[in-house]
Amino acid sequence: MKSLERSKIKFNAQQPNMLFDRIREKLSILADAAKYDVSCASSGGKRANTNKGLGNNTGMGICHSYTEDGRCVSLLKILLTNHCIYDCAYCVTRKSNDIKRAAFKIQEVVDLTINFYRRNYIEGLFLSSGIFKNADYTMERLINVAKKLRLEENFNGYIHLKSIPGTSDELMREAGLYADRLSVNIEIPTVSGLKLLAPDKKHEDFIKPMEKVKNEIIQYNTERKIIKSTPRYAPAGQSTQMIIGATGESDRDIMYSATYYYKKFNMRRVYYSGYVPVLTDNRLPSLGTEVPMLRENRLYQTDWLLRFYGFSVNEILNDTHKNLDLDIDPKLSWALRNLNLFPIDINTANKLMLARVPGIGMQSVYKILEARKFRNLDWSHLKAIGIALNRAQYFITCNSKDFHKKELSASSLKNILLKNSNSKYTKHFNQQLSLFS
Amino acid sequence: MNPQTILVYDGTFDGFLCCVFTVYDQKITDPIIRKRSQTNNQLFTITEDIITKKQQAIRVWNGFKKKTTSNEQRGFFKAFLSEIKGVENTLLNYMKSIFIKTSRNAIDFSNKDILKISQVARMVEREKHRMEAFVRFQLIKDSLYVSTVAPDFNVLPLIIHHFKDRYADQKWLIFDTTRKYGIYYDLNSVEIVTFDNVSEIDPKTIKGHYCNQEIDFQKLWTTYYNNVNIKARKNTKLHVQHLPKRYWKYLTEKM
Repeated sequence: MKSLERSKIKFNAQQPNMLFDRIREKLSILADAAKYDVSCASSGGKRANTNKGLGNNTGMGICHSYTEDGRCVSLLKILLTNHCIYDCAYCVTRKSNDIKRAAFKIQEVVDLTINFYRRNYIEGLFLSSGIFKNADYTMERLINVAKKLRLEENFNGYIHLKSIPGTSDELMREAGLYADRLSVNIEIPTVSGLKLLAPDKKHEDFIKPMEKVKNEIIQYNTERKIIKSTPRYAPAGQSTQMIIGATGESDRDIMYSATYYYKKFNMRRVYYSGYVPVLTDNRLPSLGTEVPMLRENRLYQTDWLLRFYGFSVNEILNDTHKNLDLDIDPKLSWALRNLNLFPIDINTANKLMLARVPGIGMQSVYKILEARKFRNLDWSHLKAIGIALNRAQYFITCNSKDFHKKELSASSLKNILLKNSNSKYTKHFNQQLSLFS
Repeated sequence: MNPQTILVYDGTFDGFLCCVFTVYDQKITDPIIRKRSQTNNQLFTITEDIITKKQQAIRVWNGFKKKTTSNEQRGFFKAFLSEIKGVENTLLNYMKSIFIKTSRNAIDFSNKDILKISQVARMVEREKHRMEAFVRFQLIKDSLYVSTVAPDFNVLPLIIHHFKDRYADQKWLIFDTTRKYGIYYDLNSVEIVTFDNVSEIDPKTIKGHYCNQEIDFQKLWTTYYNNVNIKARKNTKLHVQHLPKRYWKYLTEKM
């Protein structure tokens, strides 16, 4: 209660209305500038509510609301300031862009976070910033916000801090002690693309903080094995983000660098963000270009296949297959290229192979594995379990004489599947077709 | 042909477990279990009133616990809270199949009752999760954070834990307007509360008691909400899928 009253007094003391309007204006500017960061995860870190303080983090994220574009709102995602010394072509807050600039005071961010959190609006804070003066100066301020929340307000909710490229190792070390997650956005998947669009930034500057965070996490975890009370360093790990469709990179480039970041830096997540044209620049897609949402979706599907379904990246994308199909999902596309492996028998196939059948997700795999211990499964069981038979039926056999015996070629099977399914993206294909009509 | 037995209970979980006890005790075949509040319009039936006895309920529950994992126990309770008409009979069949089986491992998802219970439990779990997300507290005088909700299922008992752990240093009240009861945390423990006069808890009354800054913070939140939207990516279908319209009435940012 103490902390609450304190913040109340602060707002009252300084002509509440004027102050409130100014904060509202700043909030609208700095939320607007932060929204292109897609990460909104509030999961993965565990933090208990100690000493009857405020908030906890159960390890399971909660989306408290959704914007009209269908994206989750779980964190108060803002920039500390949108003043920036850099001039990266893809960024709204770039130096040369003529927009309103604003900056929050540290205490203002703390008050907003606490008051939003107490009303169950948010899971925590996602704080990023434009770079003013230099990297360390900026990072220090971000850390101060987190420190104040943790130490003064006894706040145990989720805190995601952006690591500013080029920050010193000492500051990165401190950041992880207060934040649940740290992230650096590499933004441009290829080094050449980065040179073109962000000439002031060096690839190494992005890598350095990632490397530091990874090493700290490993070190703290080893120490905890010996001394149990060792504090947790960035318990929700680190993540990064890539912009899709700004530099003409292929899906293969994107997924290979994603795999690299997952492996090399133990990333929890790599996010893919379809480029939203906000600026006129001859190096970039022109204003009015449609956001590549379908492509983004296919990349996320691939990401899931790599992380949860036991696929390796070169099975899905390789030299002969550089881009993902837009009209069918990557798993189906893989299956069509490997028809010789199918059909498989639901009642005997191993877990890995079950997970590779189009139309069967990991939940269903688990249910099939449990259920077949009791009896051989037939079509009605599979239907009740909830697998997408419209796709799966061509790839499996089960305890029934009734199955697709006819050998179909990949292309004719694809046609059948497309004809019998309704994609939410159908309108995109129709548009493409209408070009030729 | 023997007439069918209808077991009528008080609507509590313990009451339901006592019905199960009676089924085994009196060897009743194919009973129908229903709440006292539901009306009966069937002919040729025997109706029996079941009195809730804590001890019987504990006996049944302990027997059930021996043969199930904690996950299945939670799922069972969640399915009960769904209050779907006839769920009691599915639960009874489920319990029977559990009592027959000899080992604790492996769940037979090809058994239709087991599958049904796991599906209903999922629905209730989803609603519980939504309540954890969509509760919007409003700060009123006496430093009390109030929220009213109208969940599809009776999920308040499931969310107590979450809110107690999270908001340990503030007084709060979550009121279910459909079922007319609430949960109230007084900085020490959570209690079930009811109001003699329901108008004490309607939105207008609450508004009248707002503390000074409440409106300001609601405006700030709405400002934030509107500014994180990317217009170029508008996707109404997805928006409504995640945020069904029936919940809008208690979302500050949607009012």
